[in-house]
Amino acid sequence: MSRANGVSRWLAMAALVPALAACGPGDSAGGAEAGNAAPGAAAVAPSDPGNGTTQRAGAAEPVYGFGTPATASQIAAWDIDIGPDGAGLPPGQGTVAEGLEVWERHRCVLCHGPTGREGPNDLLTGRIPGDEFPFANDRSLRSTVGNYWPYATTLFDYTRRAMPFDLPGTMTDEEVYAVVGAMLYFNDLLPADAVVDSAVVVDTRMPARDRFVPDNRTGGPTIR
Amino acid sequence: MQDGARDEAEAGHETDGSGGDVDDRDERSGLTRRALIAGAAAAAGGAITAGATRGLVQEAPDPTKVPGARPVTVGSRSPHETPEKLLSGSMGGSSRTPLQDLHGIMTPADLHFERHHHGIPQIDPASYRLLIHGMVDRPTLFTLEDLKRFPQVSKLLFIECSGNGGGAYAPSPSPQHTPQSVDGLLSTSEWTGVALSTLFEEVGAHADATWFLAEGSDAAVMGRSIPMEKAWDDAMIAYAQNGEAIRPEQGYPARVFLPGWEGNASVKWIRRIELSDRPAMFRDETSKYTDPLPDGTSRQFSFVMDAKSIITYPTYPQRLPGPGFVEISGYAWTGRGLIERVEVSTDGGDSWHDAVLQEPVLPKCTTRFRHGWEWDGGPAHLLSRATDETGYTQPVRQQVLDARGPGTRYHSNAIRGWRVARDGSIEFAPV
Ligand code: HEC
Repeated sequence: MSRANGVSRWLAMAALVPALAACGPGDSAGGAEAGNAAPGAAAVAPSDPGNGTTQRAGAAEPVYGFGTPATASQIAAWDIDIGPDGAGLPPGQGTVAEGLEVWERHRCVLCHGPTGREGPNDLLTGRIPGDEFPFANDRSLRSTVGNYWPYATTLFDYTRRAMPFDLPGTMTDEEVYAVVGAMLYFNDLLPADAVVDSAVVVDTRMPARDRFVPDNRTGGPTIR
Repeated sequence: MQDGARDEAEAGHETDGSGGDVDDRDERSGLTRRALIAGAAAAAGGAITAGATRGLVQEAPDPTKVPGARPVTVGSRSPHETPEKLLSGSMGGSSRTPLQDLHGIMTPADLHFERHHHGIPQIDPASYRLLIHGMVDRPTLFTLEDLKRFPQVSKLLFIECSGNGGGAYAPSPSPQHTPQSVDGLLSTSEWTGVALSTLFEEVGAHADATWFLAEGSDAAVMGRSIPMEKAWDDAMIAYAQNGEAIRPEQGYPARVFLPGWEGNASVKWIRRIELSDRPAMFRDETSKYTDPLPDGTSRQFSFVMDAKSIITYPTYPQRLPGPGFVEISGYAWTGRGLIERVEVSTDGGDSWHDAVLQEPVLPKCTTRFRHGWEWDGGPAHLLSRATDETGYTQPVRQQVLDARGPGTRYHSNAIRGWRVARDGSIEFAPV
């Protein structure tokens, strides 16, 4: 789900990636450029490796004319991702109390335990004192929604598309809001009487929000 | 236990869903059982080949005295050859390529490793559609036939799960690892399809699109965000593998393929691509597939698979029959382009020798290396280390520990090794 306002940090990161992906002269052998230039290739802007935000653009007119225009409703049927800015969050709301019912009714409890700590499947609940982030140094530490996930929007997105594991994608949006509320409540990120809607999902500040950094491995002799 | 959550495929120590770490010994014994079977097979095909062959000659009629079988519509392996993938997990899970059983660089399609998070979907090619939309002039639906009408690209490429090798990074790795159990989430194929750049030109990609979101039509609707730069470089939508349609477990009828990048990002069963100006922050690029660092941060979008190598012969559970010539052989690969050099040590790293790189040596593809060695019958420690064209040399474990700490789960590429005892037995012993 796209939205015009970008997240500047990730624009900067996109600029970083070409350098990381550079892989030498041999790499284009057999690629699209090798004898496969499209008739409309002249319409393609030259790549500008110094500026990761504008690498290249598509052709002004279709080059081959294969494929069928996608209608708005066809796109809407599949366009399910939720952006970190909340783009794509559906209308609706749910309460933590309802979420605890969803937790039973949709059997989250069977696979993740009564409070998301008990398993047998992925651990979902747990904070680290002071919201420290010592994962690299302590191999026994396990990530949870509360100690590792940077965005609550991801929790909505993943739960809606992939859970419950054996019946994925079967909950209503209201149920997803509610059960996301329950998981945030388990992690002490929402009070027991919270009402969860799109604004709450976007605004809930996840403890690990600022922990993530772009890849700084570049090849060359340094081990990172 | 729901093995899907155990995620042993990723790193050998991820969540087991019961509140504690996966017990390394559990995994070890699991592998041991399988390794023993593999060992019996290896022995049959190796040290005692002569005896086995004699036995067959006695049982089967002289093939020069009876007409052979007729041609068949679909061929199959000799009944004497039974390479198998090593399974783990039940709902998501993985299967590992029997690296020790293969020659050259190609992986037979039915032995290609698998890692999927929500099972293999069944997709009817007639109703298959790929949607490309978002920051484009012309949102478009492509049928499989549409995709096949575009100019083709075809390359020999490796793909590796970023959790591959987790078992080697564990504090005390099992000596009973095989190449398959430790690094079998690696395979090489000829991948054929249409360059993503061709499709993005076709739909009129906007110049200010910096990311594309790729989503599969499996039950996880697996999503990953990929920098546009990769599309303009060498990403493709692949519909064929080793000359035939992609296998269902590899993404039939079409998948994203990102040469040299962690396998998870090459979304299988691709259904939707949205051009955007920021990543979606999918679960598999936040909760998973990120690399915690000792300074309290976590490396995100760590796509490239760095240089790595592993000796695949001689290895556990094989046993050298006696002193004499041994051709050490294995794979080297790097997501950054070409393997420039592979060195082999037989004395635990005191001295190193340049291995021969067997042609073809291709970018972002496995390279087969060989090194002739005269075993004197004494203890030996076989190591291999790869250097890629950027000058990056495969590190020892301590270097990775220094850079990333003990808690890291992906991108385990430290030097692998095998200890040979006087009796010819071999154990896994990375450094
Ligand atoms: C049948 C067992 C099962 C049920 C029922 C189930 N889950 Fe899951 N859940 C899993 C498994 C297995 C995974 C790991 C999937 C993977 O690794 O790709 C998982 C993963 C998750 C994750 C991501 C964990 C992480 O660390 O990335 C969340 C969040 C989640 N489940 C929430 C729920 C919710 C909410 C429900 C109820 C609506 C639910 N699950 C029901 C088995 C289940």
